[in-house]
Amino acid sequence: MKKLSTNICLWAIMSLMAVLFSSCAKNEDDAPEFSEANLAPFSVEFDNIVGDRTLTLNNTGSLYKNAANEQFSISTLQYFISNIKVVTTTGRTYTVNQDSSYFLINGADKATRFAKVKVPEGDYTQVIFTLGVDSLRSTMGVDKRTGVLDPAYGGGHDMGGMYWGWNSGYIFFKYEGNSAVISDDANGDPTGKKQFKYHIGGFGGYSAPTINNIKTVTIDLGSGGIAKVRKDRQSNVHLLVDVMKVFNGTKSFSIAAHPTVMFSTYSTDVAVNLAEMFKHDHTEN
Amino acid sequence: MRRKHWMVLLVLGLFILACKKDNPIKEEIEKFLGFVKPSNFPEPVYNLANNPVTKEGFELGRSLFYEPRLSRNNTISCGSCHIQSAAFTQHGHDVSHGIDDRLGTRNSPPIMNLAWNKAFMWGGGVFDLDLQPIVPITTHEEMDESLENVLAKLRLLPKYTSLFKNAFGTEEINTARFMKALSQFMIMCISSSSKYDQVMRKENGAVFTADEQEGYVLFKDKCASCHSEPLFTDGSFRNNGLGISPINDQGLYTATLQETDKYKFKVPSLRNLQFTAPYMHDGRFLTLAGVLEHYNAEVQHTPNLDPVLNVSGKLGIGLTEAQKTKLTAFLATLNDPAFINNALLAEQ
Repeated sequence: MKKLSTNICLWAIMSLMAVLFSSCAKNEDDAPEFSEANLAPFSVEFDNIVGDRTLTLNNTGSLYKNAANEQFSISTLQYFISNIKVVTTTGRTYTVNQDSSYFLINGADKATRFAKVKVPEGDYTQVIFTLGVDSLRSTMGVDKRTGVLDPAYGGGHDMGGMYWGWNSGYIFFKYEGNSAVISDDANGDPTGKKQFKYHIGGFGGYSAPTINNIKTVTIDLGSGGIAKVRKDRQSNVHLLVDVMKVFNGTKSFSIAAHPTVMFSTYSTDVAVNLAEMFKHDHTEN
Repeated sequence: MRRKHWMVLLVLGLFILACKKDNPIKEEIEKFLGFVKPSNFPEPVYNLANNPVTKEGFELGRSLFYEPRLSRNNTISCGSCHIQSAAFTQHGHDVSHGIDDRLGTRNSPPIMNLAWNKAFMWGGGVFDLDLQPIVPITTHEEMDESLENVLAKLRLLPKYTSLFKNAFGTEEINTARFMKALSQFMIMCISSSSKYDQVMRKENGAVFTADEQEGYVLFKDKCASCHSEPLFTDGSFRNNGLGISPINDQGLYTATLQETDKYKFKVPSLRNLQFTAPYMHDGRFLTLAGVLEHYNAEVQHTPNLDPVLNVSGKLGIGLTEAQKTKLTAFLATLNDPAFINNALLAEQ
């Protein structure tokens, strides 16, 4: 009995030493003092997936299938990510300068999958961002609408453009594709192309309240790996963005029932699903 | 103030003269005055500090306004549906006639006193003049073009690179500059020289005739709650009791999805009615007499009918024939021939 407790004691000491050593060895990895002037590169990666599969646009040869058992292909996927904020292990928050915090993630262009920003060196357990364009920016003058927010960006609404001219504002999430389940009448796609179109926007209105589909997404990095942001490396929070959730989220729906959702009250249901697409997979430090 | 206004008119007059006669001596006194608020008007809504009107910016804006390259096939300019002689409306068209002979669903509104406008389009949705031109440029029935492509087309033309350089210092053509130049032209389209304005400013010894005066009193009693002076609109959106159209245009509701906004349309100004027929958002009334009769006897109790048109269960505004005559006489004092003939605003 005595021998056993000695053994335990020895083990305890040894493991304590081991812990001490290892923390010594990693000393350089301790979170640096938080200073808003001490900025380092940080990125959030929006890796688009469709359920159990990767995203391939125009996948007419190998269709996806949603929970309603509807087969579909995807032709367009674009969404705005903005207002990135990070929270340290000690609960300090840093908000990225707004002018540098708008990103248009385009499923057709892999280069757009990173939202690259600068945040103070530190260890972060949370990333918070907006899916869409905040109401303040949505009402700003034309000088403040540059880069991906330029109303001329993307070649107009019928092409890749995300600006809504007739009801000043932006489409937050644009998702188009085809499904054989879509009817050819007025309730489906009267052009006969069997196309679904989800153009979800609505920032809450300029002077009178209108629908607000801006969603704030909070990503907890605790289990997937915190972000250790340092000047000499590129900390990257890798998110999987599951667009299958558009159909299969909390407010699930079938393509046949809602092949087109744009500026309508139903869009608020779809927006609930959009907020559920983002899942932290891992962090590359 | 009175003297200042005279000076403005005088200088403008000389400027026009100088343009017309191409007289080199007159060029010395040619001076572009920029945006001058008429003394009987309130402060403008448009943020001039963010986009001060300069001669070069205005001239660029004017070129763009009359530039058919703003449309997909280079056939339709802003000026196609906003014709100066019709107070910048498309006179004679109930709904606008755009690219490929396509027809829209709304009557082309005047480009007039826009610096005092809080919201744009008959059904709202646009709150900043600098963002308004995107709508006609991209609308299928109007210009059917993308803004990106418009800018690309302009960048190829030395005329525009030099006009942009004159206006903004460099040859860069971007969205903000393009929009701001158009705004500079549009806010300079000020109509403030009607007989009414002259009476109000006590200019030229202008006075109302007896009929006009009686019409003015009637106007203040029966119309001014929505068509408030001096712009003759309060800028609000209201349902004036028009029968619902076959296409069921729901007006402001389309932009807000609020039940209380169904069938509300922007209250239009009553200035320059002589030049802007037909009337209403879909141009359904060909004559002013038709409009007055609507308010007299044709107002329908549709959802969100404005309360002023439904006082104690009586729909509309009772108007006798004699009252209509007097109102019409007063409304005629709001016509502004100097505005529709202002050479500064014409295609050069």
